[in-house]
Amino acid sequence: MSDNLAKASRHLSFLKARERWKPAEMAFWLLLIGVYFVFPSSLVFASQILITGLFALSLDMILGYAGIVTLGHAAFFGIGAYTAGLMAANGLHDPFLGLLGAGIAAGIAGYFCSFLLSRGGDLTRLMITLGIGLLLYEIANSATKYTGGVDGLQGVEIGKLFGLFSFDLYGKTAYIYVLCIAFLLFLFTRSMMHSPYGLALRSIRENQTRALAIGIPISACLTNIYTIAAVMAGIAGALLTQTTQFVGIDVLSFQRSADLLIILIIGGTATMYGGFIGAAVFMLVQDRLSNLNPQYWQFFLGILLIVMTLYLRSGILGGFSRLAHAIGNRRNKEQP
Amino acid sequence: MNAILQTRDLWKAFGGLIVTKNVNLSLAPGARHALIGPNGAGKTTLINQLTGVLHPSSGSVWLDGEDITRIPSNERVRRGLSRTFQINTLFPQLTPLEAVTNAICVRERSRLNILKRRFFRVSRCSAVIDEAYDLLEQLNLANDCLVETHTLAYGKQRLLEMALALAAKPKVLLLDEPAAGVPEGESDELFEVLNNLPKDISILLIEHDMNLVFNFADRITVLVNGEELVTGTPTEIAEDPRVREVYLGKGH
Repeated sequence: MSDNLAKASRHLSFLKARERWKPAEMAFWLLLIGVYFVFPSSLVFASQILITGLFALSLDMILGYAGIVTLGHAAFFGIGAYTAGLMAANGLHDPFLGLLGAGIAAGIAGYFCSFLLSRGGDLTRLMITLGIGLLLYEIANSATKYTGGVDGLQGVEIGKLFGLFSFDLYGKTAYIYVLCIAFLLFLFTRSMMHSPYGLALRSIRENQTRALAIGIPISACLTNIYTIAAVMAGIAGALLTQTTQFVGIDVLSFQRSADLLIILIIGGTATMYGGFIGAAVFMLVQDRLSNLNPQYWQFFLGILLIVMTLYLRSGILGGFSRLAHAIGNRRNKEQP
Repeated sequence: MNAILQTRDLWKAFGGLIVTKNVNLSLAPGARHALIGPNGAGKTTLINQLTGVLHPSSGSVWLDGEDITRIPSNERVRRGLSRTFQINTLFPQLTPLEAVTNAICVRERSRLNILKRRFFRVSRCSAVIDEAYDLLEQLNLANDCLVETHTLAYGKQRLLEMALALAAKPKVLLLDEPAAGVPEGESDELFEVLNNLPKDISILLIEHDMNLVFNFADRITVLVNGEELVTGTPTEIAEDPRVREVYLGKGH
């Protein structure tokens, strides 16, 4: 009997070990703090990477964990960006209020869109999300009175953080602000993905038929996670508006949705860090290559994509974990 | 006698094709009821209507005295009707322990508060995990419960099918060809598990393996072309000339 108990608790500790914070995770966040001190002149760029990473994390929730494919996730990013921009341009300068407004607006949009996605397969979902994205882009494009159209939304003025820290030209305040928000939202996501709810989401991705047969209300679950992901995308959009004090119409562009998908796949899906890693790699490569050759950088991106999809199916993080696994196996063999 | 699961004049047609024709099935509490019939008789279609995957064209389905015809699948599971699949329908990248834990968490959903369900780690539900482990142990899966499901042997996956259905603590269990594809050597383990299922669970079994059916069932319904041909005890069925005709053809 006690033998059984020991066995059962071994299984519990196996699960616990999976959920525990790993050294690599802590190192990741410490590194991001380190960036503030080591690269003080690149903080604006670093903030944009973080924002894109956060945006990719919101995609990871629905694509990596719940298995919903989308080509229109920029819709929620854009709604958030414009909401925060319009609030700031119309007298509501407080950054936190802006985030709140953006989250709510994007969340409402996400909630209603989710009903179009709860039925149908991958192809249907791709087309519907693509359609929603294009629709919103054209709305923003034609509502020049509110959005500034292709010229972008001007006059976005962001107030001081807590009434104390103003957003400076070097992006110091902005970087700390973005890092804190990204970390908080990451904590939120991480705890959700390791909860029974996260397990249920993964099981929906793995097999819808069985998920239904064990009693999971699939449509309700998907509506729920889609709404949460939209809120997060909206907040990421608002962060971009607030740190650049401008909203360009490209926040809603198809390119942004497509790049995001590339970023997440490069980084690795269902890992929570894949979005951040992918964003850093993608944006750094883009930056370097477009310095080398501004016209044809996408040529190299194309090569990178093909090579990655053929040889590194589970993204950079998946590659790392396979490498670590292989090294671990070799060690085990050497020391029998 | 109160039936735990019942269909009343169940009728299902896809266009002109009638796949379920006036079926009146009745499962007594604790029954071991087998549903047999030649290929294409409409057995799986019937199961799909019982579980709510398909909606009948007319007629009704009753579970424990309540009409569940219009109730969605997941709600039927909550009320105590669960099933296994003829073809393994599992979560390939979850471990059996995670999969069964998931199923139990879903069952206990209303008893876990929102924080536990949404934000606390799965491992904090240690009672659920212990229960999952016990269930897996009963089904001889304890040693395999920490590897990903897709790496398990086929026979083990069949057992996991059963574990996932049992995790819902069903009143009625629908087994859709549990022995399908299981090699000779591994089927004993499965039969043993079937025979040891708790007696208070009522079971409806679909199976082609007549050996298993006649050993296991206390009542058998023969379905032919979507219609109930006959229902009776195994002895009655074995001696029924109509059943022989269906299975062996005319002239025997």
